Amino acid sequence: MNFLLIPVAAVGRGVLLALSTAGSITLFGLTALLNMVRPPFYGRLFVRAFVEFSYFSLPVVSLTAVFSGMVIALQSYAGFSRYGAATAIPNIVLISVVRELAPVLAGLMVAGRVGAAMAAELGTMRVTDQIDALTTLSTNPVKYLVVPRLLAGVLALPLLVLVADVLGVMGGWLVGTAKLGFNSHTYLSNTMSFLQTMDVVVSLAKAAVFGFLVALMGCYHGYNSRGGAVGVGTATTNAVVSASILILAFDYVLTELFFAQ
Amino acid sequence: MSTPPTIRIRGLSKSFGDKLVLDGIDLDVMPGTSMVVIGGSGSGKSVLLKCVLGLIEPDAGTIEVGGQDVLRLGEGGLDAVRSTIGMLFQNGALFDSLTVWENVAFGLLATRAVRRRDARARAAEVLAQVGLDASVGDLSPAELSGGMQKRVGLARAIAGGAKILFFDEPTTGLDPIMGAVIDGLIVDCVKRLGSTAVAITHDMASARRIGDQAAMLYKGRIVWQGAAAGLMDSGNPMVDQFTHGRRDGPIQMELRK
Repeated sequence: MNFLLIPVAAVGRGVLLALSTAGSITLFGLTALLNMVRPPFYGRLFVRAFVEFSYFSLPVVSLTAVFSGMVIALQSYAGFSRYGAATAIPNIVLISVVRELAPVLAGLMVAGRVGAAMAAELGTMRVTDQIDALTTLSTNPVKYLVVPRLLAGVLALPLLVLVADVLGVMGGWLVGTAKLGFNSHTYLSNTMSFLQTMDVVVSLAKAAVFGFLVALMGCYHGYNSRGGAVGVGTATTNAVVSASILILAFDYVLTELFFAQ
Repeated sequence: MSTPPTIRIRGLSKSFGDKLVLDGIDLDVMPGTSMVVIGGSGSGKSVLLKCVLGLIEPDAGTIEVGGQDVLRLGEGGLDAVRSTIGMLFQNGALFDSLTVWENVAFGLLATRAVRRRDARARAAEVLAQVGLDASVGDLSPAELSGGMQKRVGLARAIAGGAKILFFDEPTTGLDPIMGAVIDGLIVDCVKRLGSTAVAITHDMASARRIGDQAAMLYKGRIVWQGAAAGLMDSGNPMVDQFTHGRRDGPIQMELRK
């Protein structure tokens, strides 16, 4: 009988662990949010985190956006031209890039680049007692380490996504005009006439949420890492994986919220 | 009426899961004395210090620092107590992202004890007290040797004029000469500041150089307490085995069980 219960117990342990982790992350996030409105504020640390989030992520996000826009133009042409609907390509590229690809891919790229770096940095600080040292020096580590990074994530990713929106559309335009025979002026005027403010606003709102999630996962897993180099490695992996899954899950929730008929 | 202890610990217990790390610790550290806590790896020495600093919450017991029960204090009160304590961590725990002088002045800037424009000069003064040139201030911690990192860690601990100093394995990882240098600096700093000090170590030479009083921690309990000068001939079989580094004795026998 006990033998039969082993798998059930394993599932139960997994569920309890998942719930406990979700609770810990929620408490960690709420603590950080509360600390955002209480002084002291660390402006220099915010600027450093903001530059890391935005400026240094610009190349990878830009390349991802351009190639995504190019691929969408090619793939949609292959499908839509069969039904004589090739003229819809600029609109398809616009909707795909602005509503979905730019925020999601920028979020995933930043999770891999910045989220991993945050988890590794905070994890190393944890296992080398630097976080304890902050506490002994009358400094709240959440306020000093987590709050600037969360703010940077929320504010920097929308800027990156704005750039990615433009570059993604331009990637589609490049393929459309150079390979698919579209007139440049027609392509751009179609795109502009189809563009809606709501699409851009939702794109930026998604980006702000994804930026928060990337920073929260990076900080949470790094801050709570244990066990030396192996622990830091595990924290880094967990930060990237959990941020990526949450980005995709919240993308669905936000899309449902804003665009469901 | 006798002087109250600067640090008073009663019935302190802490477990991690099933493992009992501290088991009813009673310890007094009198003002102006240097208490050395010795014990093997995993005996609970670092956990004891972290409980006193409020970094780890104990399961039971009381801890009074300067007459205040730190376990009943709010975050503000705890910060006020921490501002009277300087801590030298085992590996220095210097902030990688800051320069040496920013590390030394960190606590002073956090408590607004100095303005930022004066902090560099103040850091240079403190670095001089631990035998380091002001030019070291512009380096990053990664550019320093282990001994220099310990000195910078010591400078950071004493920069605020701490009334209580904690040293976690101050000589671990250093050669014997550098270990003696660090011990000498610790003794000088404690004397100059008139501080009360608690050091945890398993380096017997260091324990005798730093300590006035000593206590041995074994399996989460204080098994011996007395003058640090008497460490090598305490008459306690566990302390004798530990201080002389003998393979055979009560500690070894329990390991074999």
